[in-house]
Amino acid sequence: MPTGVVAGDAERQQTPLWRLLLRRPTFVVGAAILLFWIVCATFGTAIAPHDPLAQQLLATNQAPSSAHLFGTDQLGRDVLSRVIVGSQSIFIIAPLATAVGTVLGTTLGLILGYLGGVVDLLASRVVEAVLALPAIMIMFLFVVALGVSTTTQILIIGFIFTPLIARTVRSAVQVESQLDYVPGARLVGDRSLRIMFVEILPNVLPTVVVEFTVRLGYAIFAVASLAFLGFGPQLSTPNWGTDINANYVLLGAGYWWESLFPALAIASVIIAINLVADAIEQVFAG
Amino acid sequence: MTATEETAIPGPAAEPQSALQVQHLDVTYRVRGQDRLALRDVSFRVGRNESYGLVGESGSGKSTVALALTRYLPRNGRVSSGSIRIAGRDPLALTAAELRELRARSVSMVYQEPGKALNPSIRVGRQVAEVYEIAGLGRAESLERSEAMLRKVQISDAGQVMQRYPHQLSGGMAQRVVIAMALAAEPELLILDEPTTALDATVEAEVLELIDGLRQQLDTSLLFISHNLAVIAKMCDRVGVLYAGELIEEGPAREVFEQPRHPYTMGLLRCVPRQGQRKDHGRLDAIPGFLPAPGEEISGCIFAPRCPIAEQRCREAAPPAFDTGPGRTSRCYLHEATAELPRNTPVDVQLSAPPTDAEPVITVRNLAKTFTSRGEKVPALTGVSLDLERGETLGIVGESGSGKTTLARLLLGLIPPDAGSAIELDGQPLSADLKGRSQSQLKALQIVFQNPDSALNRRHTVRQLISRPLATLAGLSGSALTERLTDLVRSVRMEPRHLPLRPRQLSGGLKQRVAIARAFGGGPRIVVCDEPTSALDVSVQAAILNLLADLQAKEQATYVFISHDLGLVRYLSDRIAVLYLGRVLELGPAERVFSGPHHPYTEALLSAVPSLDGKRTERIRLTGEIPSPANPPSGCVFHTRCPRRLPTGICESTEPPLAEVEPGHLMSCHIPIDQLATLQSTDRMS
Repeated sequence: MPTGVVAGDAERQQTPLWRLLLRRPTFVVGAAILLFWIVCATFGTAIAPHDPLAQQLLATNQAPSSAHLFGTDQLGRDVLSRVIVGSQSIFIIAPLATAVGTVLGTTLGLILGYLGGVVDLLASRVVEAVLALPAIMIMFLFVVALGVSTTTQILIIGFIFTPLIARTVRSAVQVESQLDYVPGARLVGDRSLRIMFVEILPNVLPTVVVEFTVRLGYAIFAVASLAFLGFGPQLSTPNWGTDINANYVLLGAGYWWESLFPALAIASVIIAINLVADAIEQVFAG
Repeated sequence: MTATEETAIPGPAAEPQSALQVQHLDVTYRVRGQDRLALRDVSFRVGRNESYGLVGESGSGKSTVALALTRYLPRNGRVSSGSIRIAGRDPLALTAAELRELRARSVSMVYQEPGKALNPSIRVGRQVAEVYEIAGLGRAESLERSEAMLRKVQISDAGQVMQRYPHQLSGGMAQRVVIAMALAAEPELLILDEPTTALDATVEAEVLELIDGLRQQLDTSLLFISHNLAVIAKMCDRVGVLYAGELIEEGPAREVFEQPRHPYTMGLLRCVPRQGQRKDHGRLDAIPGFLPAPGEEISGCIFAPRCPIAEQRCREAAPPAFDTGPGRTSRCYLHEATAELPRNTPVDVQLSAPPTDAEPVITVRNLAKTFTSRGEKVPALTGVSLDLERGETLGIVGESGSGKTTLARLLLGLIPPDAGSAIELDGQPLSADLKGRSQSQLKALQIVFQNPDSALNRRHTVRQLISRPLATLAGLSGSALTERLTDLVRSVRMEPRHLPLRPRQLSGGLKQRVAIARAFGGGPRIVVCDEPTSALDVSVQAAILNLLADLQAKEQATYVFISHDLGLVRYLSDRIAVLYLGRVLELGPAERVFSGPHHPYTEALLSAVPSLDGKRTERIRLTGEIPSPANPPSGCVFHTRCPRRLPTGICESTEPPLAEVEPGHLMSCHIPIDQLATLQSTDRMS
């Protein structure tokens, strides 16, 4: 009989990640809210009760009623329809911008965390310097310099997220680099690039995913803020931030529904993303 | 029928002298909505001033016993039946206040990690004094008593230690403080859960001796939990062997270890290399199979699936506890046949011819490494010169901080050595940087790390892990790779069905097999084994050591075997290097180094090892702690702790050269070898 015969019962089964997530109420609630908004963004005008651009100059500033659940704005447009269709621009820009930031930040974090040394020292100082500036100011400067196309918004928010994400990924990479599989890979002749992306990256992926979801919330907020500050799409295009900007002056006149509902929409998305991010983080933490 | 009738223990009233009495204890853990039995019908008694040992592998339920006794079971665990009495009181029936009282006065615990048992932000003195304050003493008196207690645990500068924070203490010192705190309340029962597992052998020996001495002095009963059979043999009067939550054998420690009456106990003992056993004397015996999963329903004897002599009745009904002698029980129908238990592993295994090549494979000259820590130069390794021959095993021993791992990392090229160092492979200089090494040089040197959890990428499958060196080092691809992969997997006694699994789905032993397969994938000539079995259980350890010996015989590989376990080093090594503060103090054939005459440091290391026969050998005491490598002592680096320091003062002033004292045996000591021989043989006689 060979020594130490191997029996099957030592092999443990794993519960798939998605099942663990679905067991968490925070995830289910957050995901349901997000799903709702994604449906709104996708089908937009098809599910909106009215045309979000149609002006009814005889029915401006109508309070919520059965005809207009969220009321109408100063041009008599249906607020509910504008909130539904207004999700579109945010749901395009924010995820793409976060994706740009995550890809760049993760790459930078891997390089700094794995290589360390002088490169890390210098780059980390630069990262800290960037972090010391208020993000909104940087955004502002770039938007003024480059104009407000969808592409520039994606790139600007992406670049601002890069150092933030890089810093988090870097420390996760440093922890991983302490483990023996890293010198183990060097000993079988693996190059740095492979060690970073094939050996270490899969192990820091949980950190990256959590970072992505958390940043997504900030991105939504950033896009809405830019729009609020007047750097959004054309005024007539439905957009939560732009609509709040256009209507908040009327709050004093008692027309609260015109800015409250878009604001609630923003809040609900950000809360939903945070719920999902929390659940993911907890599942990864075990 | 069951154990109950035969080992029926009279009620607590009838035995007032027992410090701890556990009867028919069942503990269950609720995992994913199912109750899993972690302890099954465990009964034992610790008499007043007795030392009782609980021994078992991981998963046997040792720690669950300790947690259940003090009601520290995790939230999902509960005592589902049975009773516990500590000093006549039932902890399960106490109110919260009474339980606090019990924990404060009657029972104390010492755990494995002293660093985690102390509050890092409170000075040592305050922490110890708190125990007295809880007992109702004033502040000043508490401090006074604390200092006295710290002296009792042999902390010489107690007053100074009290001013320090826990992180400023060494591991051994911290464990003394924890023991002092545990004993301060003068408990009736002291529970020690692997108290020396995290410590060096020399420190372990000191701490064990301290515990033994204090027990006599303070009239405390001990429940000593350990996986280490020799430690239990040294420390305990009686011993209980736990297997899968069941107490399968019990009795006086000496008798149980000399004549085990249960096949599991016998198997465990055969897994450990006994005094002087070496790989060419035969293989260690391993226990096949695995511990049953917690809560698994087993109809018969719990050990039957792994037992070499199991019969039909063993599988049908659980054996009761048989009386096998005065104070001895065994849960085995065949307890009388245990002495003639057949081996699971054949004894005579073909062994490689002893190395004959005159040319060394690898030559190390003047190897040194200095680390810089906060601007301070810390030499980790100083002027080490070695030759390694084909197929031989060089064992490296030394306390932590002696430079063992630094030596390994330098050989492998993972860290660059200081200028002036030279490593040659087949006479060709090896580049200090891994990137400067050729493909064949890269192939030549591989490592098996200590902890497979750290050494294996947890996101990769076994197939990916083992294939990688085959692709990069052996240059294989396609069907040639698959073929070699299958061979390699079989040669480490795994099966192709393990290939798609990830490390977390494997047991510790299987993980280490994957790591070994990876190391052997490129056809290495030198394999560094850095404590390859210290993260594994005893029964698994034997199988891994056998595997390493087999692979060496097959591949003619040279091993550098690093271990703190001198028994293992002796079993596997042909030659041994003894390191202290980054220097080789002794280097020679394993038998010569172990049998002596040897360097006083080697002597001290050897005498610190508890032996399984439980004999208390008079130890050569090592006084003080290992000095800081940043400021090594003048002269002979060992002189500050050397029990045989010469009165002439030469040890303090001059560093002795590493000189050949007999053929192939080098030593760095001012005392001539024949004088050492006389000193050491007279000490052994007395």
